[in-house]
Amino acid sequence: MSRDLHTQTLTELAAGLERGDFTSVELIENLLGRIDRHDAALNAFVTVTAERALEAAKSADEARLAGKAGVLNGLPLVHKDIFCTRDVLTTCGSRMLENFISPYDATIVERLAGAGAVVLGKTNMDEFAMGSSNETSYFGPVKNPWDLECSPGGSSGGSAAAVAARLAPAATGTDTGGSIRQPAALTGTVGLKPTYGRVSRYGMIAFASSLDQAGVITRSSADAALLLGVMAGFDERDSTCIDHPVPDYTAALSQSLEGLRVGVVKQHFDDGLDEQTGTAVRDALAVLEANGAVLTEVDMPNLDLSVPTYYVVAPAECSSNLSRFDGVRFGHRADNPEDLLDLYCRSRGEGFGAEVKRRIMTGTYVLSAGYYDAYYLKAQQVRHLIADDFHKAFENVDVIAGPTAPTPAFKLGDKTDDPITMYLNDIYTIGANLAGLPGMSTPCGFVDGLPVGLHLVGPHWGEETLLRCAHQYEQLTDWHSACPEDFS
Amino acid sequence: MSSAWEVVIGLEIHAQLATSSKIFSGASTAYGAEPNTQACLVDLGYPGVLPVLNEEVVRMATKFGLAVNATVAPRSVFARKNYFYPDLPKGYQISQFELPIVEHGELFITDADGNEKRIGITRAHLEEDAGKSVHEGFEQSSGIDLNRTGTPLLEIVSEPDLRSAKEAIAYMRKIHTIVRYLGISDGNMQEGSFRCDANVSVRPRGQEELGTRSELKNLNSFRFIEKAINFEIERQIELIEDGGEVVQETRLYDSVKDETRSMRSKEEANDYRYFPDPDLLPVEIDAAYIEAVRETLPELPAARQQRFVADYGLREEDAGILVAVRAFADFFEEVVAATQGKAQGVANFIIGDLAGALNRDGLDIEQSPVSTAAVAGLLDRIKDNTISGKIAKEVFEAMWAGEGTADEIIDAKGLKQITDSSAIEAIVNKVIEANPGQVAEYKAGKDKLIGFFVGQVMKETGGKANPGQVNQILKQKLG
Repeated sequence: MSRDLHTQTLTELAAGLERGDFTSVELIENLLGRIDRHDAALNAFVTVTAERALEAAKSADEARLAGKAGVLNGLPLVHKDIFCTRDVLTTCGSRMLENFISPYDATIVERLAGAGAVVLGKTNMDEFAMGSSNETSYFGPVKNPWDLECSPGGSSGGSAAAVAARLAPAATGTDTGGSIRQPAALTGTVGLKPTYGRVSRYGMIAFASSLDQAGVITRSSADAALLLGVMAGFDERDSTCIDHPVPDYTAALSQSLEGLRVGVVKQHFDDGLDEQTGTAVRDALAVLEANGAVLTEVDMPNLDLSVPTYYVVAPAECSSNLSRFDGVRFGHRADNPEDLLDLYCRSRGEGFGAEVKRRIMTGTYVLSAGYYDAYYLKAQQVRHLIADDFHKAFENVDVIAGPTAPTPAFKLGDKTDDPITMYLNDIYTIGANLAGLPGMSTPCGFVDGLPVGLHLVGPHWGEETLLRCAHQYEQLTDWHSACPEDFS
Repeated sequence: MSSAWEVVIGLEIHAQLATSSKIFSGASTAYGAEPNTQACLVDLGYPGVLPVLNEEVVRMATKFGLAVNATVAPRSVFARKNYFYPDLPKGYQISQFELPIVEHGELFITDADGNEKRIGITRAHLEEDAGKSVHEGFEQSSGIDLNRTGTPLLEIVSEPDLRSAKEAIAYMRKIHTIVRYLGISDGNMQEGSFRCDANVSVRPRGQEELGTRSELKNLNSFRFIEKAINFEIERQIELIEDGGEVVQETRLYDSVKDETRSMRSKEEANDYRYFPDPDLLPVEIDAAYIEAVRETLPELPAARQQRFVADYGLREEDAGILVAVRAFADFFEEVVAATQGKAQGVANFIIGDLAGALNRDGLDIEQSPVSTAAVAGLLDRIKDNTISGKIAKEVFEAMWAGEGTADEIIDAKGLKQITDSSAIEAIVNKVIEANPGQVAEYKAGKDKLIGFFVGQVMKETGGKANPGQVNQILKQKLG
């Protein structure tokens, strides 16, 4: 029986542990074994914390016996390597932090551990979360479990691949422009990016502070609800984290689709969308409609501005956020610097990869005297326009639905020479970040054996509606249960 | 200084706010700890950490804004000032740029002609201090001490309304007094909690357009500021008169050589790439908050000076000296309340004897070994003629040395004034008999000799005779 533990969702595993069908130690051993066997093919992990995981599992089993089990007691998960974890390597996918051991835990790491979760390891990612394919990682690209020649998406590609390949039932991720939702779509998993301010950013290495938000990648919306309930909530260490009550997300799942007003953005089905992907998404919308949802077309006239706006705002913030990596106090430091300037130039030149440098330079440029108004200020104004489009749409609909990404997973190496095409992969997801809205992706079909994701965006604090919609859809379809053959 | 030239000065004063923890972290701000023992992960700019604003600094900045009759902004925004330096851990300083918390303030100084002059305060904004680079004691490298990193500063920027080094000092002293009155800064210049940069330029008198300015950095004593500004004024005038041109640059004052020298030119200046800090929300302040802060404001120096003149009949100048340091003014009022003596006498005593003794021993008034009650006890004895003002100085020295109260010392040393007319008369007679020559001269019209006779009587009595009575009796006897 314990042989199929890896196929179970978090919710199923929680029930099994509670019934005493198996122990946390058995579960963790099972998954550590799978990571051992399969990760060489995937490269989803930067660090596997086997010993710590077994210790934690043992403690969790003892806690359960003592009647002190938290809601995630003994349940396994993995953290994107962007979250600081005390005494464990935290690389952010960069040579800059190749040897960085964090002296503290991120708030979400602390909260999940507090609820009893057991961390199996830290997952690979695009360097400093800058990328949509996982190819910018210093530790090499992650492979898509559905086709090892394909990208799993990014930047939370390691988390998505680990969950899709059944190496872990759940993973944390971060989403600045689609970095949870796009890899979820490309790997057939469920990805949730909460409202900006819903989850603390403390201890999450910053890429673009006004856009970054922590979330989860799971194999069901019920699991996402379970984890969000633990992660969400006010944190006095993050000034942008909002003191807003945390509802019972699990309780919201059971409400039917009846009467749910679903907005369909007409611009989403323009030329940029792969035809078969579009068909899969339309089919999903039809399922929602057939089960009581009311579809309405909505207009997002400024949608085409979201990618250029994002590529001004995000680099601007990252150029400043990454200044602290200067070789002085932590991180990569060049050997034998001649002087201060040489220390800075070589430490950063050697420590950062090409995509990170490209964004730092873009960001430095748009904030420079004489360019600030034309770029940064203008982008902030356009950002308001995009947010207004959403606010107007949500006067008439409860949720906006469409494709998560324009195509299924693409081949590794296909887009690395063309950053603009790569950036366009996030065209449908970026708007939610610019407007601070919650977004989700849930599997809705396949194109040539590769998964396709249905994207849902809600109004501020609309996580319950998103989870309910996705969960109800998952009850009507089987896409989210599909497992890549080599990892069954 | 050539009168053909008009000097234009603006000051940027950095006042360290007297909070117990830093502006964006919980680390202590105490001065003088071992290097790098008061810097937490937030101060060190570790990956993933975030700043959280210390509410106390908002209250302090609001107090300052109200004290200088400024607008306290309903919404102010923290911005990042980006530049690389080893003692700046994040690679940016969190400051305020376009929307500072305080704007459009003013205060009044007395100019060279004795007239009241308004000095505009452009703005005051909150920011974090950087750490310190230590260049001594390290071979081939520099040390970094990040204890000061994140210490809250209020940068107070004046309009270019100051016309001489003296005016600049007068303005700076006023600000110094205000921040200490408000209890928002200890104003300690040696420890760097109150320092200033000065923008200095000259222009031909009558010219509207401002001359090119230089910025003098890191001036940390009133004396050096005055010297640095005066040196810079001379340098600029000489340069222009010799056919040269002032270039816009930052200059450092060298107190040893008493000169300023170029640090960096405008071309070398950083582009700081300011933008709103996305990690911090705008600071929003409503009218109710401002009113609540206003109610906590102490009486400010200008108002207190006026009250001292009106209520106690003090000379304007003495009132000004007393209120310049809040603790001095408090000391004065406590003594006045406790003594029978006149307020002006109290002021004279504090400004003269007490301030002199404090100065000599390098003490602050809070550390005075003689309490307000003890001073009142001493002044009472002058008032009731137990001792003269002159003997009082001797008694005070003994009190300072810890020998007891005024009464105890007067008793122990037998300093009680002789007020018995017959006793004084006997001594007067003795002095007249012993100095027939001087008596003759006095009677011949040399009135000034009265001083000689008084001195002789005092000498005989060890200074204890009541001077008024001595005068009276002498005049009577000498006809």
